[in-house]
Amino acid sequence: MKTAQKRAPWILLAPFLLLFVFTFVLPIASAVGYSFTSVQRLGLFGEGGVTSGFAGFSNYAAALEDGGFIASIGRMLLFGVVQVPVMLILCVILALLLESASAKWPGAFRAAYFVPYGIPGVIATILWSFLYVPGISPITGLFDAMGIPVDFLSPSTVLWSIANIVTWTYTGYNMLIIIAQLKSIPGELYESARMDGAGPFKVAWSIQLPLIRPALVLTGVFSIIGTLQLFAEPQVLATVAPAIDSQYTPNLSAFTQAFTNGDYGVASAQAVIIALAAFVLSFTFLALTNRKR
Amino acid sequence: MNARTTVDPQPGRSAGETEPASAEDRQKPRRKTRNGARSSPGMTILVTGILVVVALYFLVPVYWVIIAATKTSEDLFGTNGFWFAENINLIENLTLVLTYDGGIFVRWFANSLLYAGVGSLLATYFAAAGGYALAKYEFRGRNLVFGLILGGVLVPATATALPMFLLFSDLGIANTYWSVLIPSLVSPFGLFLCRIFADASVDTSVLESGRIDGASELKIFHTLALRVMTPALVTVFLFQLVGIWNNYFLPLIMLADTDLYPITLGLNNWNSQTDRLPEFYQLTTGGVLLSVIPLVIAMLVLQRFWRGGLTEGAVKG
Repeated sequence: MKTAQKRAPWILLAPFLLLFVFTFVLPIASAVGYSFTSVQRLGLFGEGGVTSGFAGFSNYAAALEDGGFIASIGRMLLFGVVQVPVMLILCVILALLLESASAKWPGAFRAAYFVPYGIPGVIATILWSFLYVPGISPITGLFDAMGIPVDFLSPSTVLWSIANIVTWTYTGYNMLIIIAQLKSIPGELYESARMDGAGPFKVAWSIQLPLIRPALVLTGVFSIIGTLQLFAEPQVLATVAPAIDSQYTPNLSAFTQAFTNGDYGVASAQAVIIALAAFVLSFTFLALTNRKR
Repeated sequence: MNARTTVDPQPGRSAGETEPASAEDRQKPRRKTRNGARSSPGMTILVTGILVVVALYFLVPVYWVIIAATKTSEDLFGTNGFWFAENINLIENLTLVLTYDGGIFVRWFANSLLYAGVGSLLATYFAAAGGYALAKYEFRGRNLVFGLILGGVLVPATATALPMFLLFSDLGIANTYWSVLIPSLVSPFGLFLCRIFADASVDTSVLESGRIDGASELKIFHTLALRVMTPALVTVFLFQLVGIWNNYFLPLIMLADTDLYPITLGLNNWNSQTDRLPEFYQLTTGGVLLSVIPLVIAMLVLQRFWRGGLTEGAVKG
């Protein structure tokens, strides 16, 4: 009996752990390994054989000296600093409105807002690219007719066109997380606030906002990680937007290094840097949000 | 909702709710939410108006593709994108989508169903077993294992995809169904949710009484624990289903053979050929429409299941 209870957790965990080792631990370990390895191909096409050796930090140095890669990280920081707060503020406003007494048909609106989450980023980008490209887009046509020419795909605007696609996709999903937390606020709190004569804005500010904090922190962390991983949207949009180069985001950079340049060492170093940046930013965000409490 | 909603309005109501109650109001009390607040008609119109405008934003691309899928490539450029052309070409477009290249679209769709269906079902089961084990058993290494998996939640999926490709290439399973299916079976976030949910909702005394009845540990998990954990399982399943269906980076890296493509890769393949051959516009818009319809229906039906376990668990954690 006792031995059965000692063995049981490991039997239950075994399938997950086996797959986890295979798809997380080993790949991460080998990425770190590759990032410290240099490969020399002998002869023009490597026909003379391939030798590899310990490279120290030279792949990291190469990754960090690559202006395109550094620029892509800066671009994602700018993207995150603008898009994440805009999206989260939009989520909170929509959640509060849907949970307020003034909203008609809240169920229908909630469902409509959630629809884009189910549409894959690639397909969402194809959809929006049709709405961005002059000639097909009824939106640019509308602006042209009003005498205000707009170009959604110019070097200065295309980042925000991507931000629009991301916001469109994830607002409804994050809003549902916030609504779930709003629903868990005990009714007595509202009751006593009303007794004190608090109006809807006062209730939102001093009861609802502080209590949805955990949900906001959660959605914030996932949005930060998501921003660093941005890939499908810029890659697909690049077919119509020449302003998006092969190093537009950190992930595109690593992808190009690996599959266009065939340099797995530098690509792995970039993947490790992306993962580390995700960790550092998530923990910084968590530390900042915890301290203010 | 419960007793407190019958409380009369307080004298000190705020701005926006201060107009006197009419006779009609007394007969038909204004709509109230669980927080007991009341709303004036003016406020209702304003708020609902804002919600309608926002809904238009979220639905415009879907509306556009419904219109676009009825047009020829020529009309796509020549007519207003927000309204039908004179010539409705929907049946021809959809026929083209379904028959092009020996019906490859249907194959991509079936591939996506396979990856997402099998992947999310097994991933949920594995996450449930692991989460339950971490919540309900005391054993050496428990915190280490949990910490390791929690780290996995924060690692960007794309950071592991590249080395995984190199690993799978060495094993000879890159560019096979396995190369997309195997990574889809692991959901660290799912395990994290299952652990929190099992911790909060699976009663240890029920497990003990199962043991006294002589049930094996695995039988206790399969009969007693899984049933209690159902709300969390539904959430993990849906989360994983959408995640796999929407995945692009992993199959892009793993697959070279178009026969193995999921729908996301296939449609992108068509979309990238539009500048060479105009017929690909019709294929892309028609294909996007056909692939979006089931997703929209699924989201509308499933969003009510989304409230449960996911957020409760995540927020408590």
